[in-house]
Amino acid sequence: MRQTIAITLNGSPRRFDVDVRQSLMEVLREQAGTLSVKQGCGVGECGACTVLIDDAPVDSCIYLAVWADGRAVRTTEGECRDGQLSPVQQAFVEEGAVQCGICTPGFVMAATALTERRPGEPLDRDAIRRGLAGNLCRCTGYATIVTAVEKCICREEE
Amino acid sequence: MFPISDYKKATTIEEALALMAEDPGLRPIAGGTDILIKLHKGKPGYDRLVDIHDVAALSGIRLNDSGDIVIGPGTVFNQVIANELIQTHLPVLATALATIGGPQVRNMGTIGGNLCNGVPSADSAPALLVFNATVTLRSHTGVRQLLVADFFKGPGEVDLAPGELLTAITIPAADHRDHFGHYIKYAMRDAMDIATIGCAAAVAIEGDRLGDLRLAFGVAAPVPIRCPAAEAAAKGRPLDGELAERVAAAVLSDVRPRDSWRAAKDFRLQIIGELARRALRHAVMNAGGRLPCDRP
Ligand code: FES
Ligand code: FES
Repeated sequence: MRQTIAITLNGSPRRFDVDVRQSLMEVLREQAGTLSVKQGCGVGECGACTVLIDDAPVDSCIYLAVWADGRAVRTTEGECRDGQLSPVQQAFVEEGAVQCGICTPGFVMAATALTERRPGEPLDRDAIRRGLAGNLCRCTGYATIVTAVEKCICREEE
Repeated sequence: MFPISDYKKATTIEEALALMAEDPGLRPIAGGTDILIKLHKGKPGYDRLVDIHDVAALSGIRLNDSGDIVIGPGTVFNQVIANELIQTHLPVLATALATIGGPQVRNMGTIGGNLCNGVPSADSAPALLVFNATVTLRSHTGVRQLLVADFFKGPGEVDLAPGELLTAITIPAADHRDHFGHYIKYAMRDAMDIATIGCAAAVAIEGDRLGDLRLAFGVAAPVPIRCPAAEAAAKGRPLDGELAERVAAAVLSDVRPRDSWRAAKDFRLQIIGELARRALRHAVMNAGGRLPCDRP
């Protein structure tokens, strides 16, 4: 049950020979080498495996790899350009929104989708929390993460 | 890797129906947010799949010539929520779907999957029940349409024969035009949790009276239900402080909640009465009326 899929991974066209039984998370980690994609729960509860598909966040652990065929996939590896962190990544660093780091790539992608979706639209802390409700963190207590997202939204507005 | 033993991909409804007619043991998979989790946990009975994830004709939302809203069952929750037709004519459905899972799950899970799972906690169910929504079920040999209320058979069980596929969810024009609704989900967390109790109300107001009430609950019985006793108790009554109390009292004879680790039966009964009051009050407000609150 193998199939070739063509995806745009972080802006570059890529082809992968996949088993239809594989999750997108498995293909990204084992074949594409994008190891920022983490497995936490494996059942769509924690968001550690969050990637953007056509700019919408999904849990790649419960998304079949074959469904990504013909679509654009983004992971944190592609957010950093020319050695420069993305605004979301930079804000996470500045706010110290990272402790053990296992949840961070998922949070960065969910936050990226949130800040890109309606540029210029103000998001209060409550809206940010709702936008990140599909991601769990066992270390930070969330306050620094919400502050980081708040900060990069404010920067955008400047 | 998921323990899938048989996998066929369909790109059109006809193709899916032909595959299922040939092999009725194949189960359709759309968003995957329930089936892939069951497979991951090794639950038997989900390993032979026909993939309808990319059947374009199953997704999208339109108004038909009669003004009915027709929702493709393969439409993912976030697309339903953001849809203009839904925002304008059926905002209560958007409210209900926004309580499901988290953003990621709402980008993957489909409204049709939520119904076909047949779980009593499906957040789409109460909202569809109060608007008299129907489901269209197609097979290789025919098509039938039934009320969502008749679709639920038992916990995890729906009236879907082998080889049949849910192809449309329809909300009749008369229902979404004249009725205004509200949905409240009571759960332990505000996200990533299933309902302890879910309640939808829809009302039509006639002057200072309640012309019509429709009330539906999730997790208040083995399947999502409408509440005929509460609805009868409210019909034609003046919009006064007593109305919500009458409904909250009558609804107790409509429901059959159970004890579970999530909540005790008595607690659920308490929540059911309170959600009935609140959903009614909000629905009346959404319809442009006001229900005074004169509880002690
Ligand atoms: S690993 Fe995918 S949601 Fe937890
Ligand atoms: S930083 Fe450790 S889980 Fe979030």
